Amino acid sequence: MSEQFYNILIVGVGGQGVLLASEIISEVAMHAGLDVKKSEIHGMSQRGGVVTSHVRIGKKVYSPTIQQGEVDFLMGFEKAEALRFVGWMKKTGTVVVSHTTLVPAIVTSSKEFHYPEDAIADLKNKAHNVIDVEADKIAGELGNPRLVNTILIGVLANLLPFEEKLWVDVIKSLVKEKFVAVNLEAFARGRGIHLALNKQPEGRSMLRPRDNTPRLVRPHSSGVRATPL
Amino acid sequence: MKQLLSGNEAVARGAYEAGVKMAVGYPGTPSTEILETMAERHRSVYSQWSPNEKVAFEVGIGASIGGARALVTMKHVGLNVAADPLMTFAYTGVNGGFVVVSADDPEMHSSQNEQDNRIFARFANIPFLEPSDSQESKDMLVAAYEISERYDTPVMLRMTTRISHTMGIVEVIEPLHPQERKFVKNPEKYVMIPSNAKVRHVVVAQRLIDLAKYSEQTPFNYIESNGSKVGIITGGVAYQYAKEVAPQFDYYKIGFGYPLPLEGIRQFVAAHDITLVVEELEPVYEDQIKAAGIKVEGKKYFGALGELSPSRVAKGLKEAGLIDKVVVPEITQEDLFPRPPVLCPGCPHRGAFMALKKLGVAVTGDIGCYTLGVLKPLNALDTCICMGASIGNAIGMEKVQGSATGTVAVIGDSTFFHSGITGLLDAVYNQSNVTVIILDNRATAMTGGQEHPGTGKTLMGQPVGRTDIHELVKALGVKNFEEVDAYDFEATLACVKRQMAAPGPSVILTSRPCVLMPKRIMDEPYQIDLELCNGCSACFRISCPAIAASTETNERGHAKAIIDETLCTGCTLCAQICPTEAILLKSQFAKA
Repeated sequence: MSEQFYNILIVGVGGQGVLLASEIISEVAMHAGLDVKKSEIHGMSQRGGVVTSHVRIGKKVYSPTIQQGEVDFLMGFEKAEALRFVGWMKKTGTVVVSHTTLVPAIVTSSKEFHYPEDAIADLKNKAHNVIDVEADKIAGELGNPRLVNTILIGVLANLLPFEEKLWVDVIKSLVKEKFVAVNLEAFARGRGIHLALNKQPEGRSMLRPRDNTPRLVRPHSSGVRATPL
Repeated sequence: MKQLLSGNEAVARGAYEAGVKMAVGYPGTPSTEILETMAERHRSVYSQWSPNEKVAFEVGIGASIGGARALVTMKHVGLNVAADPLMTFAYTGVNGGFVVVSADDPEMHSSQNEQDNRIFARFANIPFLEPSDSQESKDMLVAAYEISERYDTPVMLRMTTRISHTMGIVEVIEPLHPQERKFVKNPEKYVMIPSNAKVRHVVVAQRLIDLAKYSEQTPFNYIESNGSKVGIITGGVAYQYAKEVAPQFDYYKIGFGYPLPLEGIRQFVAAHDITLVVEELEPVYEDQIKAAGIKVEGKKYFGALGELSPSRVAKGLKEAGLIDKVVVPEITQEDLFPRPPVLCPGCPHRGAFMALKKLGVAVTGDIGCYTLGVLKPLNALDTCICMGASIGNAIGMEKVQGSATGTVAVIGDSTFFHSGITGLLDAVYNQSNVTVIILDNRATAMTGGQEHPGTGKTLMGQPVGRTDIHELVKALGVKNFEEVDAYDFEATLACVKRQMAAPGPSVILTSRPCVLMPKRIMDEPYQIDLELCNGCSACFRISCPAIAASTETNERGHAKAIIDETLCTGCTLCAQICPTEAILLKSQFAKA
């Protein structure tokens, strides 16, 4: 465990719960006995701007921020935001991205700017390992659009070496009591996605699981396991 | 016990552990969470928001002279406001320990400038400590009280955004119980008439000599030796960046930054082939070290503008010929549309800016959410300098341009209480024809909705009487006063026109509260009838995040609009300006 180092960059738009997500991951790492730092910018970003949070986990962490080109896991709560930060990734890194689409007023009100036509495809052209999840849809099924963050944490949990119980305990301790049950459900849904992925053979269309869990598209490369677990 | 704490939470914890009796400040990113944490988790400590940083600082001085340990918090530019008491409190010294936290904002993530307040400490002849993570934020704050009391001086704890807002693991301990001090009459020390101040200035000079000795032996300034020929002198977050990219070098880590341990540094530099100073923003350490005749380099390689980062430090070290490799990103960056922060859906400021944009007058702005009115597509602000500046700026413009062109100042409620009152007094006294719009949303909204004298509640949650802005303005001598509902576009437009035409200074008070705080306002949402929508984009231009382009277009290929009902608060502004009346309440829509 001591040789492992994880650079996780979480990106989204103000109000999507980026900060809570990064806090959950950081608490889990601390309880697992590792050093952790998480850094983000509050302030202007709360007003619908881009929100990013850097989480760094290892035996000893110095810099609170990740160097561009060193991200192991890019968590995108909004697909164009994931694309915006894809250049921060290691080639061997993994993107976990929600299909969530949030088009800002500056795009709708001007001809100058455009929202990417297919951000997920663009991501796959750039990064080797992309796990795209219809987290917005699952969140809708669970009755709360704000659950995208916890669903993606569930997906990430499959890629990190921390026990299930730690994740559950930390979610219980950080989420407001009345939202605990639905967040645990969201976490489980995210967690289920990766397991489904690993069980499925090569192929695209068949990755849509029977039980109406989200569509998954296999990345180009051989697998989604980016770093040794 | 270990806790995951941000730098700001660690400072609050430190204040609790150090036996602080009074914590006071004014909200400002990145400092705000310190006092919020005090009020939330450490309620045995009395904490309060003051109307501005100067008052907060003065309240803290009073607490110190009264014998208690006091914590005063603010952002870097807040210390400009509090500079007056700071400069003279440095002369009187303290009774109970006194620490001012200056949270600087390199890179200006949420600020109008990126001044380096380490220079302020030197200017005021007071010591500062500079933490490089959450654990140090707590430890240094606790130590700062001991230094303050031992050397009879106010102490600055200098944070930066990356330290304040980074969470790290902190070992927390039980609170100390510092020996109680009593207020003792001592006018020679505390009454700074010239005859006393002259004596105190001598004390200040001697204190600096004593502190320089302390700086040489404090555990906060230490050497990490790796047997390297390369030495790095660094402090604050820059230390972390340097250790990240070049752990193999020898380090002189500076935690107690003024006065510098110049003798220790001299020996360290002599023992290395080359020594670089890695510090963020101004060459504060570098200049002092060079002035002492010690050979170092720094800014030449790392620059003085904006935040440092591991990459910037690595590039600088490479340029200096000390390392070979830097990380080169393998994946090309995407160039995408910008996503600037915007006024929230239902923000009551929107109506005021729509009216001002329509009038096309000069608008002097101020610091708050409404500063976002400058951005596209509202484009409704012409200046933003500092807290409270809008009114003075408007007076100056109006005096030189004449009232015919019309000058309007916009200022928020918290900013008006902070430092707008004196500007308005000037407008009355000097008979300016400015029109001042006080955007009263009853919250310090930009920093997260903190309480202020107009909200009816204190930081610790005690209900109090609200300061009535109308009564206050009347008392200042303003004759033209009108309250307007900024959700009513035509009424707001007419009101601004009327008050601009009125002779003498006018005040318009907008009456709608913030949509987020203290409680989220969600009325029935609106929807757009795509058969009636002609794709004119009028609603796009009011910059509401709830309005987006639909997939349908008009005959010229322009997108028709849709409303996201989960975001729409039902403020009605878009419906008021829609020329085809295509925007209807959801319930009306169902019927139609």
